[in-house]
Amino acid sequence: MASFFTSRLFFVSLALVIIAATLPLYVSGYVLGLLTVAFYFGVFAMAWDLLFGFAGEVNFGPTFLIGVGAYTAGILNAQFGWSVYLCIVLGALASVVAGLVLALPALRVRGPYFGLTTLVAVLMLQNFIVVFADLTGGEIGLTIPDVITINAGANYWIALGFMTISAAILYGLSQSPIGLVLQASGQDPVQAGALGFNIVKHKLAAFIVSAFFSGLSGALLVFYFGTASVGTVVDVAVGVNVIVSAVLGGRRTVLGAALGAIFLIVAGEFLRPTGELATFIVSAVALLVVLFFPGGFLGAALSREARS
Amino acid sequence: MRAFQILIDGFAISALYALGATGFTLIFGVSGVLNLSHGAIMVAAAVAAWAAASVLGVGTYAGALIGVGVALLTAFLTYFAVVKPIQDSRRIPTEEKEIFVLTGTLLWGIMIQELIAYFFTNNAKTVLPIVEGVVEILGVRTPKNEIFTAIVCCLVIALLWLLVNRTRTGKAVLAASMNPRGVTLLGLELTNIYIVVWGIYGILAGIAGVLLGMFLGVSSYSVGPLTASAFSIVVLGGLGSVSGSLIAAFVVGYLETLTAYLVSPAYRTIPALLLLVFVMYIRPQGLLGRR
Repeated sequence: MASFFTSRLFFVSLALVIIAATLPLYVSGYVLGLLTVAFYFGVFAMAWDLLFGFAGEVNFGPTFLIGVGAYTAGILNAQFGWSVYLCIVLGALASVVAGLVLALPALRVRGPYFGLTTLVAVLMLQNFIVVFADLTGGEIGLTIPDVITINAGANYWIALGFMTISAAILYGLSQSPIGLVLQASGQDPVQAGALGFNIVKHKLAAFIVSAFFSGLSGALLVFYFGTASVGTVVDVAVGVNVIVSAVLGGRRTVLGAALGAIFLIVAGEFLRPTGELATFIVSAVALLVVLFFPGGFLGAALSREARS
Repeated sequence: MRAFQILIDGFAISALYALGATGFTLIFGVSGVLNLSHGAIMVAAAVAAWAAASVLGVGTYAGALIGVGVALLTAFLTYFAVVKPIQDSRRIPTEEKEIFVLTGTLLWGIMIQELIAYFFTNNAKTVLPIVEGVVEILGVRTPKNEIFTAIVCCLVIALLWLLVNRTRTGKAVLAASMNPRGVTLLGLELTNIYIVVWGIYGILAGIAGVLLGMFLGVSSYSVGPLTASAFSIVVLGGLGSVSGSLIAAFVVGYLETLTAYLVSPAYRTIPALLLLVFVMYIRPQGLLGRR
Protein backbone atom coordinates (compact mmCIF):
# COMPACT_ATOMS: atom_id res chain seq x y z
CA MET A 1 0.00 0.00 0.00
CA ALA A 2 2.80 2.42 0.93
CA SER A 3 4.38 1.93 -2.47
CA PHE A 4 1.21 3.28 -4.07
CA PHE A 5 1.88 6.76 -2.69
CA THR A 6 5.21 6.89 -4.52
CA SER A 7 3.97 5.22 -7.72
CA ARG A 8 3.46 7.05 -10.98
CA LEU A 9 -0.23 6.18 -10.95
CA PHE A 10 -0.71 8.07 -7.69
CA PHE A 11 0.99 11.25 -8.96
CA VAL A 12 -0.87 11.16 -12.27
CA SER A 13 -4.20 10.74 -10.47
CA LEU A 14 -3.35 13.51 -8.00
CA ALA A 15 -2.39 15.87 -10.83
CA LEU A 16 -5.58 15.03 -12.74
CA VAL A 17 -7.76 15.70 -9.69
CA ILE A 18 -6.01 19.04 -9.01
CA ILE A 19 -6.43 20.12 -12.63
CA ALA A 20 -10.06 18.98 -12.58
CA ALA A 21 -10.69 20.93 -9.35
CA THR A 22 -9.56 24.20 -10.94
CA LEU A 23 -11.76 23.77 -14.04
CA PRO A 24 -14.71 25.86 -12.75
CA LEU A 25 -12.42 28.90 -12.80
CA TYR A 26 -12.10 28.96 -16.57
CA VAL A 27 -14.59 26.71 -18.38
CA SER A 28 -18.25 27.29 -19.13
CA GLY A 29 -21.19 25.97 -17.11
CA TYR A 30 -22.06 23.70 -20.00
CA VAL A 31 -18.76 21.80 -19.77
CA LEU A 32 -19.11 21.65 -15.97
CA GLY A 33 -22.60 20.18 -16.26
CA LEU A 34 -21.35 17.53 -18.66
CA LEU A 35 -18.45 16.57 -16.41
CA THR A 36 -20.69 16.52 -13.32
CA VAL A 37 -22.79 13.78 -14.92
CA ALA A 38 -19.64 12.03 -16.11
CA PHE A 39 -18.22 11.94 -12.55
CA TYR A 40 -21.38 10.35 -11.12
CA PHE A 41 -21.24 7.88 -13.97
CA GLY A 42 -17.62 7.19 -13.09
CA VAL A 43 -18.71 6.05 -9.63
CA PHE A 44 -21.30 3.72 -11.20
CA ALA A 45 -18.57 2.17 -13.34
CA MET A 46 -16.08 1.82 -10.45
CA ALA A 47 -18.71 0.16 -8.25
CA TRP A 48 -19.49 -2.23 -11.10
CA ASP A 49 -15.82 -3.02 -11.58
CA LEU A 50 -15.50 -4.03 -7.91
CA LEU A 51 -18.17 -6.69 -8.47
CA PHE A 52 -17.05 -7.87 -11.88
CA GLY A 53 -13.30 -7.32 -11.89
CA PHE A 54 -12.71 -8.54 -8.36
CA ALA A 55 -15.61 -10.65 -7.16
CA GLY A 56 -16.01 -12.12 -10.68
CA GLU A 57 -19.77 -11.56 -10.69
CA VAL A 58 -21.19 -10.67 -14.12
CA ASN A 59 -23.70 -8.05 -13.09
CA PHE A 60 -25.82 -7.06 -16.10
CA GLY A 61 -28.03 -4.95 -13.93
CA PRO A 62 -25.93 -2.15 -12.42
CA THR A 63 -28.99 0.02 -12.95
CA PHE A 64 -30.98 -2.12 -10.51
CA LEU A 65 -28.75 -0.88 -7.68
CA ILE A 66 -28.52 2.64 -9.12
CA GLY A 67 -32.24 2.86 -9.81
CA VAL A 68 -33.31 1.65 -6.35
CA GLY A 69 -31.08 4.27 -4.72
CA ALA A 70 -32.13 7.03 -7.08
CA TYR A 71 -35.86 6.34 -6.91
CA THR A 72 -35.91 5.79 -3.13
CA ALA A 73 -34.27 9.15 -2.61
CA GLY A 74 -36.47 10.81 -5.21
CA ILE A 75 -39.77 9.39 -3.93
CA LEU A 76 -39.02 10.20 -0.28
CA ASN A 77 -38.28 13.78 -1.27
CA ALA A 78 -41.05 14.32 -3.81
CA GLN A 79 -43.90 12.45 -2.09
CA PHE A 80 -43.05 12.87 1.58
CA GLY A 81 -40.99 16.05 1.54
CA TRP A 82 -38.11 14.67 3.59
CA SER A 83 -34.87 16.65 3.57
CA VAL A 84 -32.41 16.16 0.73
CA TYR A 85 -29.55 14.76 2.82
CA LEU A 86 -31.75 12.30 4.69
CA CYS A 87 -33.13 11.14 1.33
CA ILE A 88 -29.65 10.60 -0.08
CA VAL A 89 -28.59 8.51 2.93
CA LEU A 90 -31.81 6.47 2.83
CA GLY A 91 -31.40 6.01 -0.93
CA ALA A 92 -27.93 4.56 -0.41
CA LEU A 93 -29.25 2.26 2.35
CA ALA A 94 -32.14 1.07 0.15
CA SER A 95 -29.56 0.28 -2.48
CA VAL A 96 -27.58 -1.81 0.02
CA VAL A 97 -30.75 -3.82 0.69
CA ALA A 98 -31.16 -4.23 -3.09
CA GLY A 99 -27.54 -5.37 -3.25
CA LEU A 100 -28.27 -8.09 -0.66
CA VAL A 101 -31.31 -9.21 -2.67
CA LEU A 102 -29.10 -9.43 -5.75
CA ALA A 103 -26.39 -11.27 -3.80
CA LEU A 104 -28.72 -14.13 -2.83
CA PRO A 105 -28.87 -15.69 -6.33
CA ALA A 106 -25.18 -14.89 -6.84
CA LEU A 107 -24.31 -17.27 -4.02
CA ARG A 108 -26.26 -20.04 -5.78
CA VAL A 109 -25.77 -19.57 -9.50
CA ARG A 110 -22.82 -18.43 -11.58
CA GLY A 111 -21.86 -16.94 -14.93
CA PRO A 112 -24.64 -16.40 -17.45
CA TYR A 113 -27.33 -17.55 -15.03
CA PHE A 114 -26.45 -14.89 -12.54
CA GLY A 115 -26.11 -12.37 -15.38
CA LEU A 116 -29.65 -13.09 -16.43
CA THR A 117 -31.00 -12.78 -12.88
CA THR A 118 -29.55 -9.29 -12.68
CA LEU A 119 -31.00 -8.40 -16.07
CA VAL A 120 -34.41 -9.62 -14.93
CA ALA A 121 -34.05 -7.54 -11.76
CA VAL A 122 -33.70 -4.42 -13.92
CA LEU A 123 -36.71 -5.33 -16.06
CA MET A 124 -38.77 -5.97 -12.91
CA LEU A 125 -37.78 -2.63 -11.44
CA GLN A 126 -38.69 -0.94 -14.72
CA ASN A 127 -42.12 -2.63 -14.76
CA PHE A 128 -42.63 -1.78 -11.10
CA ILE A 129 -41.95 1.90 -11.78
CA VAL A 130 -44.39 1.96 -14.69
CA VAL A 131 -47.12 0.04 -12.82
CA PHE A 132 -46.95 2.18 -9.67
CA ALA A 133 -46.98 5.41 -11.66
CA ASP A 134 -48.83 7.33 -8.91
CA LEU A 135 -45.86 6.92 -6.61
CA THR A 136 -42.99 6.90 -9.07
CA GLY A 137 -44.11 9.19 -11.87
CA GLY A 138 -44.21 6.23 -14.29
CA GLU A 139 -42.78 6.58 -17.75
CA ILE A 140 -42.79 10.37 -17.64
CA GLY A 141 -40.45 10.49 -14.67
CA LEU A 142 -40.57 11.92 -11.18
CA THR A 143 -40.06 15.64 -10.67
CA ILE A 144 -38.11 16.39 -7.53
CA PRO A 145 -38.76 19.68 -5.78
CA ASP A 146 -35.44 20.05 -3.94
CA VAL A 147 -31.91 20.19 -5.28
CA ILE A 148 -28.61 20.31 -3.40
CA THR A 149 -27.61 23.57 -5.05
CA ILE A 150 -28.20 25.28 -8.37
CA ASN A 151 -24.67 26.62 -8.63
CA ALA A 152 -22.94 24.80 -11.51
CA GLY A 153 -19.49 25.15 -9.92
CA ALA A 154 -20.64 23.85 -6.54
CA ASN A 155 -22.41 20.90 -8.16
CA TYR A 156 -19.25 20.14 -10.09
CA TRP A 157 -17.09 20.22 -6.97
CA ILE A 158 -19.52 17.99 -5.09
CA ALA A 159 -19.42 15.46 -7.93
CA LEU A 160 -15.63 15.65 -8.26
CA GLY A 161 -15.11 15.32 -4.50
CA PHE A 162 -17.56 12.44 -4.31
CA MET A 163 -15.88 10.63 -7.18
CA THR A 164 -12.39 11.17 -5.75
CA ILE A 165 -13.36 9.89 -2.29
CA SER A 166 -15.22 6.91 -3.79
CA ALA A 167 -12.26 6.14 -6.04
CA ALA A 168 -9.87 6.27 -3.08
CA ILE A 169 -12.04 3.96 -0.98
CA LEU A 170 -12.82 1.51 -3.80
CA TYR A 171 -9.24 1.44 -5.08
CA GLY A 172 -7.88 1.05 -1.54
CA LEU A 173 -10.31 -1.79 -0.93
CA SER A 174 -9.35 -3.49 -4.18
CA GLN A 175 -5.64 -3.39 -3.29
CA SER A 176 -6.19 -4.49 0.31
CA PRO A 177 -6.12 -8.13 1.47
CA ILE A 178 -9.91 -8.13 1.12
CA GLY A 179 -9.54 -7.25 -2.56
CA LEU A 180 -7.05 -10.09 -3.03
CA VAL A 181 -9.39 -12.60 -1.39
CA LEU A 182 -12.22 -11.34 -3.59
CA GLN A 183 -10.07 -11.75 -6.68
CA ALA A 184 -9.13 -15.26 -5.62
CA SER A 185 -12.72 -16.25 -4.93
CA GLY A 186 -13.79 -14.77 -8.25
CA GLN A 187 -11.24 -16.83 -10.16
CA ASP A 188 -11.45 -20.10 -8.27
CA PRO A 189 -14.02 -20.18 -5.46
CA VAL A 190 -13.29 -23.78 -4.51
CA GLN A 191 -9.58 -23.24 -4.04
CA ALA A 192 -10.06 -19.93 -2.24
CA GLY A 193 -12.50 -21.66 0.10
CA ALA A 194 -10.04 -24.51 0.64
CA LEU A 195 -7.42 -21.97 1.73
CA GLY A 196 -9.75 -21.07 4.57
CA PHE A 197 -11.30 -17.82 3.33
CA ASN A 198 -14.97 -17.24 3.94
CA ILE A 199 -16.12 -16.63 0.38
CA VAL A 200 -19.75 -15.96 1.21
CA LYS A 201 -18.79 -13.20 3.64
CA HIS A 202 -16.39 -11.56 1.20
CA LYS A 203 -18.85 -11.69 -1.69
CA LEU A 204 -21.63 -10.24 0.42
CA ALA A 205 -19.27 -7.45 1.47
CA ALA A 206 -18.45 -6.75 -2.19
CA PHE A 207 -22.14 -6.55 -3.07
CA ILE A 208 -22.84 -4.24 -0.13
CA VAL A 209 -19.98 -1.88 -0.97
CA SER A 210 -20.81 -1.84 -4.68
CA ALA A 211 -24.50 -1.26 -3.97
CA PHE A 212 -23.76 1.49 -1.43
CA PHE A 213 -21.69 3.53 -3.90
CA SER A 214 -24.07 2.88 -6.81
CA GLY A 215 -27.06 3.97 -4.74
CA LEU A 216 -25.33 6.99 -3.25
CA SER A 217 -24.23 8.14 -6.69
CA GLY A 218 -27.70 7.50 -8.13
CA ALA A 219 -29.34 9.54 -5.34
CA LEU A 220 -26.89 12.42 -5.82
CA LEU A 221 -27.49 12.34 -9.58
CA VAL A 222 -31.25 12.57 -9.04
CA PHE A 223 -30.83 15.67 -6.89
CA TYR A 224 -28.54 17.15 -9.52
CA PHE A 225 -30.96 16.51 -12.41
CA GLY A 226 -34.06 17.43 -10.41
CA THR A 227 -35.84 14.44 -11.97
CA ALA A 228 -35.73 10.67 -11.74
CA SER A 229 -36.74 8.79 -14.87
CA VAL A 230 -36.42 5.29 -16.21
CA GLY A 231 -34.41 6.57 -19.16
CA THR A 232 -31.68 8.15 -17.01
CA VAL A 233 -31.17 5.75 -14.09
CA VAL A 234 -32.91 2.41 -14.74
CA ASP A 235 -33.00 1.57 -18.45
CA VAL A 236 -30.91 -1.40 -19.61
CA ALA A 237 -29.14 0.96 -22.04
CA VAL A 238 -27.79 2.96 -19.07
CA GLY A 239 -26.50 -0.26 -17.54
CA VAL A 240 -24.84 -1.15 -20.84
CA ASN A 241 -23.06 2.21 -20.78
CA VAL A 242 -21.78 1.50 -17.26
CA ILE A 243 -20.45 -1.90 -18.34
CA VAL A 244 -18.89 -0.52 -21.52
CA SER A 245 -17.21 2.25 -19.46
CA ALA A 246 -15.60 -0.26 -17.14
CA VAL A 247 -14.44 -2.54 -19.94
CA LEU A 248 -13.16 0.42 -22.00
CA GLY A 249 -11.21 1.90 -19.12
CA GLY A 250 -9.79 -1.44 -18.14
CA ARG A 251 -11.50 -3.97 -15.94
CA ARG A 252 -9.93 -4.88 -12.61
CA THR A 253 -8.31 -1.43 -12.34
CA VAL A 254 -11.18 0.47 -10.62
CA LEU A 255 -9.66 3.84 -11.58
CA GLY A 256 -9.81 2.92 -15.27
CA ALA A 257 -13.57 2.49 -14.99
CA ALA A 258 -13.96 6.15 -14.03
CA LEU A 259 -11.74 7.19 -16.96
CA GLY A 260 -13.85 5.06 -19.30
CA ALA A 261 -17.07 6.64 -18.05
CA ILE A 262 -15.75 10.18 -18.49
CA PHE A 263 -14.48 9.29 -21.97
CA LEU A 264 -17.81 7.74 -22.94
CA ILE A 265 -19.90 10.72 -21.86
CA VAL A 266 -17.57 13.37 -23.27
CA ALA A 267 -17.18 11.45 -26.56
CA GLY A 268 -20.94 11.11 -26.82
CA GLU A 269 -21.23 14.89 -26.47
CA PHE A 270 -18.50 15.61 -29.03
CA LEU A 271 -20.23 13.34 -31.51
CA ARG A 272 -23.58 15.05 -31.02
CA PRO A 273 -23.25 16.89 -34.40
CA THR A 274 -23.23 13.50 -36.14
CA GLY A 275 -26.79 13.07 -34.86
CA GLU A 276 -28.10 9.55 -34.72
CA LEU A 277 -24.74 8.07 -35.65
CA ALA A 278 -23.19 9.13 -32.30
CA THR A 279 -24.20 5.95 -30.47
CA PHE A 280 -23.04 3.89 -33.44
CA ILE A 281 -19.58 5.45 -33.40
CA VAL A 282 -19.18 5.11 -29.61
CA SER A 283 -20.25 1.44 -29.77
CA ALA A 284 -17.91 0.78 -32.70
CA VAL A 285 -14.95 2.33 -30.86
CA ALA A 286 -15.82 0.34 -27.74
CA LEU A 287 -16.04 -2.87 -29.79
CA LEU A 288 -12.63 -2.20 -31.35
CA VAL A 289 -11.12 -1.65 -27.89
CA VAL A 290 -12.73 -4.87 -26.65
CA LEU A 291 -11.35 -6.80 -29.65
CA PHE A 292 -7.86 -5.32 -29.87
CA PHE A 293 -7.04 -3.88 -26.43
CA PRO A 294 -8.92 -6.20 -24.08
CA GLY A 295 -7.08 -4.62 -21.12
CA GLY A 296 -8.73 -1.25 -21.76
CA PHE A 297 -7.07 2.19 -21.56
CA LEU A 298 -5.55 1.86 -18.13
CA GLY A 299 -4.76 -1.82 -18.60
CA ALA A 300 -2.73 -1.00 -21.73
CA ALA A 301 -0.94 1.92 -20.01
CA LEU A 302 -0.11 -0.07 -16.88
CA SER A 303 1.20 -3.09 -18.75
CA ARG A 304 3.48 -0.82 -20.78
CA GLU A 305 4.81 0.71 -17.57
CA ALA A 306 5.33 -2.72 -16.06
CA ARG A 307 7.31 -3.81 -19.11
CA SER A 308 9.62 -0.80 -19.23
CA MET B 1 -65.05 -17.58 -27.28
CA ARG B 2 -62.39 -15.63 -25.48
CA ALA B 3 -60.74 -18.88 -24.43
CA PHE B 4 -60.42 -19.89 -28.10
CA GLN B 5 -59.03 -16.50 -28.98
CA ILE B 6 -56.38 -16.82 -26.27
CA LEU B 7 -55.60 -20.35 -27.45
CA ILE B 8 -55.16 -19.29 -31.07
CA ASP B 9 -53.30 -16.01 -30.52
CA GLY B 10 -51.14 -17.58 -27.84
CA PHE B 11 -50.19 -20.41 -30.15
CA ALA B 12 -48.99 -18.11 -32.92
CA ILE B 13 -46.95 -15.95 -30.52
CA SER B 14 -45.49 -18.99 -28.78
CA ALA B 15 -44.50 -20.64 -32.06
CA LEU B 16 -42.74 -17.43 -33.10
CA TYR B 17 -40.92 -17.22 -29.76
CA ALA B 18 -39.93 -20.87 -30.09
CA LEU B 19 -38.44 -20.30 -33.53
CA GLY B 20 -36.51 -17.23 -32.37
CA ALA B 21 -35.15 -18.96 -29.27
CA THR B 22 -34.17 -22.26 -30.92
CA GLY B 23 -31.27 -20.82 -32.90
CA PHE B 24 -30.11 -18.89 -29.86
CA THR B 25 -30.01 -22.00 -27.68
CA LEU B 26 -28.39 -24.08 -30.43
CA ILE B 27 -25.41 -21.71 -30.58
CA PHE B 28 -25.06 -21.73 -26.83
CA GLY B 29 -25.29 -25.52 -26.69
CA VAL B 30 -22.63 -26.04 -29.35
CA SER B 31 -20.15 -23.23 -28.78
CA GLY B 32 -21.06 -21.74 -25.40
CA VAL B 33 -21.75 -18.36 -26.98
CA LEU B 34 -24.61 -16.19 -25.76
CA ASN B 35 -25.30 -13.95 -28.72
CA LEU B 36 -26.70 -10.67 -27.43
CA SER B 37 -27.04 -9.28 -30.97
CA HIS B 38 -29.89 -11.76 -31.50
CA GLY B 39 -32.66 -9.14 -31.47
CA ALA B 40 -30.70 -6.92 -33.85
CA ILE B 41 -30.32 -9.77 -36.37
CA MET B 42 -34.06 -10.50 -36.24
CA VAL B 43 -34.92 -6.83 -36.74
CA ALA B 44 -32.37 -6.54 -39.57
CA ALA B 45 -34.12 -9.43 -41.35
CA ALA B 46 -37.56 -7.88 -40.91
CA VAL B 47 -36.44 -4.42 -42.03
CA ALA B 48 -34.64 -5.86 -45.07
CA ALA B 49 -37.78 -7.79 -46.03
CA TRP B 50 -39.87 -4.65 -45.55
CA ALA B 51 -37.50 -2.49 -47.59
CA ALA B 52 -37.28 -5.03 -50.42
CA ALA B 53 -41.02 -5.59 -50.62
CA SER B 54 -42.42 -2.12 -49.88
CA VAL B 55 -39.69 0.23 -51.13
CA LEU B 56 -38.07 -1.69 -53.99
CA GLY B 57 -41.26 -3.59 -54.80
CA VAL B 58 -39.75 -7.02 -55.47
CA GLY B 59 -42.80 -8.86 -54.15
CA THR B 60 -43.54 -10.51 -50.83
CA TYR B 61 -41.82 -13.86 -51.49
CA ALA B 62 -38.59 -12.34 -52.79
CA GLY B 63 -38.72 -9.82 -49.96
CA ALA B 64 -38.97 -12.57 -47.36
CA LEU B 65 -36.07 -14.41 -49.01
CA ILE B 66 -33.94 -11.26 -49.00
CA GLY B 67 -34.77 -10.79 -45.31
CA VAL B 68 -33.61 -14.30 -44.45
CA GLY B 69 -30.50 -13.78 -46.60
CA VAL B 70 -29.62 -10.59 -44.74
CA ALA B 71 -30.01 -12.40 -41.42
CA LEU B 72 -27.73 -15.19 -42.64
CA LEU B 73 -25.07 -12.68 -43.73
CA THR B 74 -25.34 -10.76 -40.45
CA ALA B 75 -25.03 -13.99 -38.47
CA PHE B 76 -21.84 -14.95 -40.32
CA LEU B 77 -20.50 -11.43 -39.88
CA THR B 78 -21.23 -11.66 -36.15
CA TYR B 79 -19.31 -14.90 -35.95
CA PHE B 80 -16.29 -13.90 -38.04
CA ALA B 81 -15.96 -10.25 -37.00
CA VAL B 82 -16.87 -10.43 -33.31
CA VAL B 83 -17.15 -13.89 -31.79
CA LYS B 84 -14.26 -15.71 -33.47
CA PRO B 85 -11.63 -12.99 -32.84
CA ILE B 86 -12.53 -13.04 -29.15
CA GLN B 87 -12.45 -16.84 -28.98
CA ASP B 88 -9.07 -16.95 -30.74
CA SER B 89 -7.55 -14.02 -28.85
CA ARG B 90 -4.54 -14.85 -26.70
CA ARG B 91 -4.72 -11.60 -24.78
CA ILE B 92 -8.08 -12.40 -23.20
CA PRO B 93 -7.86 -14.95 -20.37
CA THR B 94 -10.01 -18.03 -21.02
CA GLU B 95 -12.21 -17.54 -17.96
CA GLU B 96 -13.10 -14.03 -19.12
CA LYS B 97 -13.98 -14.92 -22.73
CA GLU B 98 -17.62 -15.35 -21.80
CA ILE B 99 -18.03 -11.77 -20.60
CA PHE B 100 -16.06 -10.49 -23.60
CA VAL B 101 -18.33 -12.34 -26.02
CA LEU B 102 -21.33 -10.93 -24.18
CA THR B 103 -19.98 -7.37 -24.25
CA GLY B 104 -18.80 -7.70 -27.86
CA THR B 105 -22.08 -9.05 -29.23
CA LEU B 106 -24.02 -6.51 -27.18
CA LEU B 107 -22.03 -3.64 -28.74
CA TRP B 108 -22.38 -5.22 -32.17
CA GLY B 109 -26.14 -5.44 -31.68
CA ILE B 110 -26.28 -1.76 -30.72
CA MET B 111 -24.29 -0.91 -33.87
CA ILE B 112 -26.77 -2.80 -36.08
CA GLN B 113 -29.69 -1.18 -34.26
CA GLU B 114 -28.27 2.32 -34.73
CA LEU B 115 -27.53 1.71 -38.42
CA ILE B 116 -31.11 0.54 -38.97
CA ALA B 117 -32.42 3.61 -37.13
CA TYR B 118 -30.14 5.86 -39.21
CA PHE B 119 -31.07 4.50 -42.61
CA PHE B 120 -34.68 3.44 -42.03
CA THR B 121 -35.74 5.69 -39.07
CA ASN B 122 -37.18 4.44 -35.78
CA ASN B 123 -40.71 4.08 -37.15
CA ALA B 124 -42.41 0.72 -36.80
CA LYS B 125 -42.48 -1.27 -40.03
CA THR B 126 -44.91 -3.98 -40.98
CA VAL B 127 -43.73 -6.40 -43.65
CA LEU B 128 -46.37 -7.09 -46.31
CA PRO B 129 -47.87 -10.46 -45.36
CA ILE B 130 -47.51 -13.37 -47.78
CA VAL B 131 -51.12 -14.46 -47.23
CA GLU B 132 -53.89 -11.98 -46.56
CA GLY B 133 -57.45 -12.08 -45.37
CA VAL B 134 -59.20 -13.56 -42.33
CA VAL B 135 -60.92 -16.84 -41.57
CA GLU B 136 -63.24 -17.88 -38.75
CA ILE B 137 -61.90 -20.65 -36.53
CA LEU B 138 -64.27 -21.77 -33.76
CA GLY B 139 -65.99 -18.39 -33.92
CA VAL B 140 -62.76 -16.38 -33.71
CA ARG B 141 -61.87 -14.09 -36.60
CA THR B 142 -58.24 -14.99 -37.21
CA PRO B 143 -55.97 -13.38 -39.81
CA LYS B 144 -54.74 -16.01 -42.26
CA ASN B 145 -51.30 -14.56 -41.72
CA GLU B 146 -51.41 -15.68 -38.09
CA ILE B 147 -52.14 -19.27 -39.14
CA PHE B 148 -49.42 -19.05 -41.76
CA THR B 149 -46.94 -17.87 -39.11
CA ALA B 150 -47.80 -20.76 -36.80
CA ILE B 151 -47.54 -23.34 -39.60
CA VAL B 152 -44.21 -22.05 -40.92
CA CYS B 153 -42.75 -21.98 -37.40
CA CYS B 154 -43.80 -25.56 -36.70
CA LEU B 155 -42.52 -26.74 -40.10
CA VAL B 156 -39.15 -25.08 -39.67
CA ILE B 157 -38.72 -26.51 -36.18
CA ALA B 158 -39.65 -29.98 -37.50
CA LEU B 159 -37.11 -29.57 -40.31
CA LEU B 160 -34.47 -28.55 -37.79
CA TRP B 161 -35.24 -31.64 -35.73
CA LEU B 162 -34.79 -33.83 -38.83
CA LEU B 163 -31.57 -32.03 -39.73
CA VAL B 164 -30.05 -32.46 -36.30
CA ASN B 165 -31.16 -36.02 -35.68
CA ARG B 166 -31.15 -37.61 -39.13
CA THR B 167 -28.25 -36.14 -41.12
CA ARG B 168 -24.50 -36.60 -40.74
CA THR B 169 -23.87 -32.86 -40.36
CA GLY B 170 -26.61 -32.62 -37.79
CA LYS B 171 -25.19 -35.48 -35.79
CA ALA B 172 -21.79 -33.79 -35.81
CA VAL B 173 -23.44 -30.63 -34.43
CA LEU B 174 -25.17 -32.66 -31.75
CA ALA B 175 -21.91 -34.39 -30.85
CA ALA B 176 -20.11 -31.05 -30.62
CA SER B 177 -22.69 -29.82 -28.14
CA MET B 178 -22.12 -32.89 -26.00
CA ASN B 179 -18.35 -33.10 -26.10
CA PRO B 180 -16.33 -30.71 -28.30
CA ARG B 181 -13.01 -32.40 -27.53
CA GLY B 182 -14.38 -35.81 -28.48
CA VAL B 183 -15.54 -34.46 -31.83
CA THR B 184 -12.08 -33.03 -32.55
CA LEU B 185 -10.50 -36.37 -31.67
CA LEU B 186 -12.76 -38.04 -34.24
CA GLY B 187 -11.20 -35.83 -36.89
CA LEU B 188 -13.96 -33.28 -37.37
CA GLU B 189 -12.97 -29.64 -37.67
CA LEU B 190 -14.72 -27.76 -34.87
CA THR B 191 -14.64 -24.46 -36.78
CA ASN B 192 -16.62 -26.04 -39.64
CA ILE B 193 -19.27 -27.19 -37.20
CA TYR B 194 -19.46 -23.69 -35.73
CA ILE B 195 -19.93 -22.23 -39.21
CA VAL B 196 -22.78 -24.68 -39.90
CA VAL B 197 -24.41 -23.78 -36.58
CA TRP B 198 -24.13 -20.05 -37.20
CA GLY B 199 -25.63 -20.64 -40.66
CA ILE B 200 -28.58 -22.53 -39.19
CA TYR B 201 -28.92 -19.85 -36.56
CA GLY B 202 -28.93 -17.08 -39.19
CA ILE B 203 -31.67 -18.78 -41.19
CA LEU B 204 -33.81 -19.44 -38.09
CA ALA B 205 -33.40 -15.89 -36.78
CA GLY B 206 -34.13 -14.55 -40.28
CA ILE B 207 -37.35 -16.53 -40.68
CA ALA B 208 -38.44 -15.58 -37.16
CA GLY B 209 -37.64 -11.92 -37.84
CA VAL B 210 -39.51 -11.77 -41.15
CA LEU B 211 -42.55 -13.54 -39.67
CA LEU B 212 -42.49 -11.21 -36.68
CA GLY B 213 -42.39 -8.27 -39.09
CA MET B 214 -45.49 -9.58 -40.87
CA PHE B 215 -47.32 -10.52 -37.70
CA LEU B 216 -46.65 -7.68 -35.27
CA GLY B 217 -44.31 -5.27 -37.06
CA VAL B 218 -40.85 -4.25 -35.81
CA SER B 219 -38.85 -1.11 -35.20
CA SER B 220 -35.29 -0.54 -34.07
CA TYR B 221 -36.68 -0.26 -30.54
CA SER B 222 -37.66 -3.97 -30.65
CA VAL B 223 -33.99 -5.03 -30.55
CA GLY B 224 -33.56 -5.00 -26.77
CA PRO B 225 -36.90 -6.63 -25.85
CA LEU B 226 -36.40 -9.33 -28.51
CA THR B 227 -32.96 -10.25 -27.19
CA ALA B 228 -34.26 -10.19 -23.62
CA SER B 229 -37.24 -12.44 -24.42
CA ALA B 230 -35.08 -14.96 -26.30
CA PHE B 231 -32.59 -14.90 -23.42
CA SER B 232 -35.23 -15.48 -20.77
CA ILE B 233 -36.98 -18.24 -22.75
CA VAL B 234 -33.70 -20.02 -23.25
CA VAL B 235 -32.73 -19.74 -19.58
CA LEU B 236 -36.19 -20.83 -18.48
CA GLY B 237 -35.93 -23.91 -20.67
CA GLY B 238 -32.34 -24.62 -19.72
CA LEU B 239 -29.37 -23.14 -21.59
CA GLY B 240 -28.48 -25.28 -24.56
CA SER B 241 -31.54 -27.53 -24.40
CA VAL B 242 -33.59 -27.15 -27.59
CA SER B 243 -36.64 -29.06 -26.31
CA GLY B 244 -36.50 -27.06 -23.07
CA SER B 245 -36.60 -23.84 -25.09
CA LEU B 246 -39.63 -25.06 -27.06
CA ILE B 247 -41.55 -25.79 -23.86
CA ALA B 248 -40.45 -22.51 -22.29
CA ALA B 249 -41.48 -20.58 -25.42
CA PHE B 250 -45.02 -21.90 -25.12
CA VAL B 251 -45.14 -21.26 -21.38
CA VAL B 252 -44.00 -17.66 -21.85
CA GLY B 253 -46.14 -17.10 -24.97
CA TYR B 254 -49.34 -18.28 -23.30
CA LEU B 255 -48.56 -16.55 -20.01
CA GLU B 256 -48.13 -13.25 -21.86
CA THR B 257 -51.27 -13.71 -23.93
CA LEU B 258 -53.32 -14.65 -20.86
CA THR B 259 -52.10 -11.59 -18.98
CA ALA B 260 -52.71 -9.31 -21.93
CA TYR B 261 -56.30 -10.56 -22.41
CA LEU B 262 -57.38 -11.12 -18.82
CA VAL B 263 -55.50 -8.44 -16.85
CA SER B 264 -54.07 -5.66 -18.95
CA PRO B 265 -51.68 -5.44 -21.92
CA ALA B 266 -49.52 -3.13 -19.80
CA TYR B 267 -48.60 -5.98 -17.43
CA ARG B 268 -47.92 -8.39 -20.27
CA THR B 269 -44.31 -9.27 -19.47
CA ILE B 270 -44.48 -9.28 -15.65
CA PRO B 271 -45.76 -12.84 -14.90
CA ALA B 272 -43.18 -14.37 -17.23
CA LEU B 273 -40.40 -12.45 -15.46
CA LEU B 274 -41.71 -13.54 -12.04
CA LEU B 275 -41.81 -17.14 -13.22
CA LEU B 276 -38.25 -16.79 -14.48
CA VAL B 277 -36.99 -15.47 -11.13
CA PHE B 278 -38.87 -18.25 -9.34
CA VAL B 279 -37.36 -20.95 -11.56
CA MET B 280 -33.88 -19.44 -11.14
CA TYR B 281 -34.21 -19.75 -7.38
CA ILE B 282 -35.50 -23.30 -7.16
CA ARG B 283 -33.95 -24.78 -10.31
CA PRO B 284 -31.11 -22.57 -11.59
CA GLN B 285 -30.32 -24.84 -14.55
CA GLY B 286 -33.80 -24.25 -16.06
CA LEU B 287 -36.58 -26.71 -16.82
CA LEU B 288 -34.59 -29.22 -18.88
CA GLY B 289 -31.04 -27.92 -18.47
CA ARG B 290 -27.95 -29.84 -17.52
CA ARG B 291 -25.37 -28.25 -15.29
